[in-house]
Amino acid sequence: MKPSTRMTTGLVLGALVAGTLLMQTAAATGEAPPTAWFWLAAIMLAGLAVQSIRRMAALDGARLYGLLTAALFGVWVVYFWQLLVVAFEVPRVLLPPPSLIAQSIGTHWPTLWGDFVQTVLKAVLIGWTLGSGLGFAVAVAIDRLPFLQRGLLPLASLTSTIPLVAVAPIAVMWFGFDWQSKAAVVVLMTFFPMLTSTLAGLKASGKLERELMYSYAASYSRTLLALRLPAALPFMFGALKVNATLALIGAIVAEFFGSPTAGLGFRISTEASRMHMPLVWAAIVVAAVTGSVAYAVLVQIERRAAFWHPSVRGR
Amino acid sequence: MGTMTDTAFKRGVAEFRRQGVPVAAMLLLVLLAWYGGTWALNAPGAIERVLPPDGAWTWQDLLAATMDMQRPVLPAPHQVALDFWSSLVDWPLDSPRNLMYHVAVTAESTLWGFVMGTILGLVLSVCIVHSRTLDRALLPWIVASQTVPVLAIAPIVLVILGSLGFSGVAPKAVIAMYLCFFPVTVAMVQGLRSPQVIETEMMHTYAASRWQALWLLRLPSALPFLFPALRVGIAAGLVGAMVAELPTGAVAGLGARLLTGSYYGNTIQIWSALVMSALLGLALTSVVALVERAMLRHRHQP
Repeated sequence: MKPSTRMTTGLVLGALVAGTLLMQTAAATGEAPPTAWFWLAAIMLAGLAVQSIRRMAALDGARLYGLLTAALFGVWVVYFWQLLVVAFEVPRVLLPPPSLIAQSIGTHWPTLWGDFVQTVLKAVLIGWTLGSGLGFAVAVAIDRLPFLQRGLLPLASLTSTIPLVAVAPIAVMWFGFDWQSKAAVVVLMTFFPMLTSTLAGLKASGKLERELMYSYAASYSRTLLALRLPAALPFMFGALKVNATLALIGAIVAEFFGSPTAGLGFRISTEASRMHMPLVWAAIVVAAVTGSVAYAVLVQIERRAAFWHPSVRGR
Repeated sequence: MGTMTDTAFKRGVAEFRRQGVPVAAMLLLVLLAWYGGTWALNAPGAIERVLPPDGAWTWQDLLAATMDMQRPVLPAPHQVALDFWSSLVDWPLDSPRNLMYHVAVTAESTLWGFVMGTILGLVLSVCIVHSRTLDRALLPWIVASQTVPVLAIAPIVLVILGSLGFSGVAPKAVIAMYLCFFPVTVAMVQGLRSPQVIETEMMHTYAASRWQALWLLRLPSALPFLFPALRVGIAAGLVGAMVAELPTGAVAGLGARLLTGSYYGNTIQIWSALVMSALLGLALTSVVALVERAMLRHRHQP
């Protein structure tokens, strides 16, 4: 059976309309206990939703369809989360409905913005820039010193297996409770990935190209700037992307170990211990959106900077 | 035979010269820098609190004082080593003062989480590879989760499982589990898809069933993808297990040890817990690496 685009669109839209209608009933808004009819409608809607996702996934062609399928799936997950949590009257401590989380983002926006500034704009951004910059600088500096490279590389790659974030208590002791200690943890966590990736990237240029530079009598720095650093760009962007996630984790977890009265990690841990779960979820949404946006921004920059590279051109 | 062991020996020596000497030099440098840092960071405190206030001390006194502080800003390496050693030797294994006790607690939840997360990731990746719907609807979300600090929901998991009545190992293992699960799933989907078209077509001409194709072709070719993910996963799981020990009730485990150390300002205890967690991380990943080497020994390197 070849699924047609028109049929699928109709099915998807029909399911969404039916879902909107069901959301208006008293049981879905929590005003009345759910009836047997409500459950019947919910089960039928679930079948309709699954069918529409399956149809959509079966469509061939444009890349857009893949994204739309994932988006549709996400929409239905959130929808049934809302519907079932309200209908079953799940305690808020266990799982607040998405509407309550959205409402919490709205009402606590000033608090969350303060947390965002404290954690992301101060600790993460400064720590990520310093850590990645230092990793890059050290890699370029020891590029001509194979002895140091052979000594440093095995140790640097071992650090990925060590829970580096555990230095947070020491960082707090040295740099105080404020963002400086979190930035220090982030510097430590982001330094080594950047160092190892840049060193690997500097070796990535082809022998043929290097020999060509040699035949031009190009100096070391000229070869570095014109050939080897551009060839290392994909490696460096890989590390920058990994580091963005690592930096967020580092800053948030470091705040679990002690922080001033602001910050996403502080918000998550204190509000969780006060059983104020909608706000905890709201802080997590902020952290998740930050991580995804940072990644997307880095991918865009990579496309501009390394547009010629096969790994970018293919996309 | 003799010449063969001889060349192997020579190769070993050459390898050590190439790798071992620089690494040893680097470690020595780190140690020297550590001692230098100990002296520099502890000097103000030593002058203020330990040395006689009338200024009647020599630099040797200062050096000795900085290396032997009660609560140093940065403990000297030998202080950490001594504390580390005495915690292992002077106390029975089941005493909270023995670091091995905390290692056992943390390793237990890490390993449970690792095993569960790996199994879950394997099962889900097999489902994703065989279902176009899951591939298109679910996989993008799992891939996207790699860019999100998923560790941040650890406190929520603790609250939910706590109010459902779970305590002890279970909540910590669940956190380690979901941290292992994501990298394993992503890598296994990639690995299960790695066979060439010509190989899958050959399985097809043999009239191999889906299960046979999975067992004989897809799983073996996914192994080189699986093991790096397992190394990442077990390291992430260790961090998760340590973070899970932090909230109230932090009594046992390396994470709890770090936190109590920072409550009481006991820097030497923090540092030895830190060294121990680094060693645990190294041990866990090298076990995975050993299994990897044993299982992939007979493969050609491409």
